[in-house]
Amino acid sequence: MFRISYILGLVFVAGLAAQPAFAETPNEILASIQKEAAGTPGFQGFSVARGESFFKTKHGGEWSCASCHTENPVALGKHAKTGKVIDPLAPSANAERFTNPKKVDKWFKRNCNDVLNRVCTPQEKGDMLAYLLTVKK
Amino acid sequence: MSIHKQKNLRMLAVALLAMGVTMSAAQADDDRDERYGWRLGEKSAGKYGGENRGKPLQPAQTNAKFQKECSDCHIAYAPGLLPAESWRKVMAGLDKHFGTDASLDAQDNKEITAFLVNNASNRWSAPTAPLKITETAWFKRKHDAREINPAVWKNPLVKSPANCAACHPQAERGDFSERNIKMPK
Repeated sequence: MFRISYILGLVFVAGLAAQPAFAETPNEILASIQKEAAGTPGFQGFSVARGESFFKTKHGGEWSCASCHTENPVALGKHAKTGKVIDPLAPSANAERFTNPKKVDKWFKRNCNDVLNRVCTPQEKGDMLAYLLTVKK
Repeated sequence: MSIHKQKNLRMLAVALLAMGVTMSAAQADDDRDERYGWRLGEKSAGKYGGENRGKPLQPAQTNAKFQKECSDCHIAYAPGLLPAESWRKVMAGLDKHFGTDASLDAQDNKEITAFLVNNASNRWSAPTAPLKITETAWFKRKHDAREINPAVWKNPLVKSPANCAACHPQAERGDFSERNIKMPK
């Protein structure tokens, strides 16, 4: 009996190790953005439609989010300047997306600066992630 | 020893010799014109006016953070392509990196800067520190109209002279040897 539970234990540990090391799920990331947004006056939740239009519209600059990620976030993107292929942004097409808070912060900072010339508000980030989570492969 | 074994050994020896010959050829051709220049006495003046890329371009031991972070938008350009001062400037200005924000957090920036500076060009003697690899004297000479037909730069598969891998498929590994050049059609 002892031996069987020992083996089962080993199998369980090996199974855990085989899982990709995603620190968080996209929904957990969305929840933490929501926590941040809830502190802003007049916050009434996120909107998928607003997120989609935010994603596809230019905001005074040369690029929109879609300039690199394309209008279809389950498709491969292409860096507008270097032409380098970008993996799909929607979690349904790319399980790695929005699972690493440090990476999410890094790219929101960079890309909001490139597209809007400022940081994005928690409302904008949440709307956009809510939209991306609805896009099916 | 059986005849069979002897034959196998001989084949092994031939294979090893052949490998040795190819390897030395690979190391040699990159610097062909350097040796020529040296005979002309250019070495004392500093090849390319002192703006020469390093040798090796890529250290034997690379840095995982550099590889990962610097290859998100373009290939991770080998540290030996620029002098230390260039890398310091590039890394201090990542929030305005050739028209895009490529900023890193302070800790990652520090680690990658150290790797780039420690492995920067060891053959750079000029007091210059260009931000662009394409502005260095060695790059311009190696890609001038004598070497590269100007039409090549207009090929949409090339797009920009910063796109090393268009013609140097092994660029990411710091291999720009002439025998490995593959011009896009």
